[in-house]
Amino acid sequence: MRHEVIEKSVTLMMVLIVCAVSVGGLVELVPLMMNGEVTEPAENIEVYSPLRLAGRDVYVREGCYNCHSQQIRPFRSETERYGPYSVAGEFVYDRPFQFGSKRTGPDLARVGGRYSDDWHYLHMVDPRVLVPESNMPGYPWLSDRLVDTELVVSKLEALQTLGDPYTDEQIANAPAELDGKTEMDAIIAYLQGLGTNRSNRR
Amino acid sequence: MTDFWHWFIAAGTIIFVIWCVWLVQWSGKQGPSNVKDEELVGHKWDGDLEEWNNPAPRWWLYLYFITIIFAVGYMVAYPGLGSFGGTLGWSQYGQYDAEMEAAAARYEPIYERFAAMSFDELKANDDAHQLGKSLYASYCTTCHGSDARGAVGYPSLTDNDWLYGNAEQQIITSISQGRNGIMPALGPALGGDAGVDNMVSYVRSLSGLEEASADAMSAQPLYVALCSACHAVDGKGNQMLGGPNLTDDIWLYGGSTEDVRATIVNGRNAMMPSHQNLLGDKRLRILAAYVGSLSERQ
Repeated sequence: MRHEVIEKSVTLMMVLIVCAVSVGGLVELVPLMMNGEVTEPAENIEVYSPLRLAGRDVYVREGCYNCHSQQIRPFRSETERYGPYSVAGEFVYDRPFQFGSKRTGPDLARVGGRYSDDWHYLHMVDPRVLVPESNMPGYPWLSDRLVDTELVVSKLEALQTLGDPYTDEQIANAPAELDGKTEMDAIIAYLQGLGTNRSNRR
Repeated sequence: MTDFWHWFIAAGTIIFVIWCVWLVQWSGKQGPSNVKDEELVGHKWDGDLEEWNNPAPRWWLYLYFITIIFAVGYMVAYPGLGSFGGTLGWSQYGQYDAEMEAAAARYEPIYERFAAMSFDELKANDDAHQLGKSLYASYCTTCHGSDARGAVGYPSLTDNDWLYGNAEQQIITSISQGRNGIMPALGPALGGDAGVDNMVSYVRSLSGLEEASADAMSAQPLYVALCSACHAVDGKGNQMLGGPNLTDDIWLYGGSTEDVRATIVNGRNAMMPSHQNLLGDKRLRILAAYVGSLSERQ
């Protein structure tokens, strides 16, 4: 077979490209999907509560991942600063995960409990009130916007369909739980839960 | 990883490498068409753009073989074939553990030396001070500021005003267990705007910001009833409870009429998180000594 044959038949070329590309996927992705270490939740990892789920979506919407990673790599320089390195089982309920690829700000994988709720509130409204050197923008509008309850409920239902272990009761209680909560409350709840599955950070 | 997936990955990888060898060799032998080498292929674009049928340079082909040889060597030495760990026994966890062990061997003796010192020695020791400074930079700056002068609601550590005390155990407890300073909302208890105004005046008069007028003094009985449990009858505060001293000119939430009014009416909720699990005992004590020495070294 000569190159010409492949180059002149788009169908044949497509088939061969798909074959070549899928080898990587077959060898690298398929075994991971079958591996419990990657697909089963790590110890103490639970599905996001409705409020935290709403907060997670605020995190994604505001593009926090552009400056903050959520993955501590297994290097001493990282674990000394942020806590134990991240493992795959900690991200099973993240769709999609928020690993990020750039750290203009610090990693947030274990930021939960590091600061008080009030600190997060002040810091979100205007980071320079607390950290004069900070170049993080303020997000004051989050405290004016209420969480869209219906949207969260439909997300919970979608996640339940995908296999996340939400109970019907949890979904039924969600509107009451979210009543009157602002997006600020939601993102603070989300941040305060990050990495708290590990109580010992050293 | 189960045996099946181990073999699945290993076989898939090896077959792919062999296929690469075959492909490079095969395509190296093939001409692209029945046109001879170093002749024009025959098509023409834009009037004068034509294509030569030159073979790819040999060194180019050799580069492909070099990458394949590298891949084989890599898979023998490092983890790459399923769960086979490689002859060098390298793993990212092993590398991490080795890094941690090397650091422990290097730094533990230093921590041991500092652990054996008394708190006062530690405060005066310059090496411990440097170490404390870097711990401070990692764990404390976001609230207390890189200059340790704090922010509204976050106490300055450079003055000699201690909410919870500056004895060794007091600072260590503050850092290890965290603190929760709650001032209840007293608006309703003060009986309306006039009552609040009088209390604001009385509190400000304690530190001399206002003159103790008759109106202000009329709030004194209520102060004794509602405030003295934490702030003490004389207003000097209580370090057991973290009740701030109201007689000095240091104001955690501001000393203006509006700020004091907001504090009294709405209450305050100050929370310092626990750092025991982040620091461990030895580092925590070094950090405590650093914090304790800040006001003394100024």
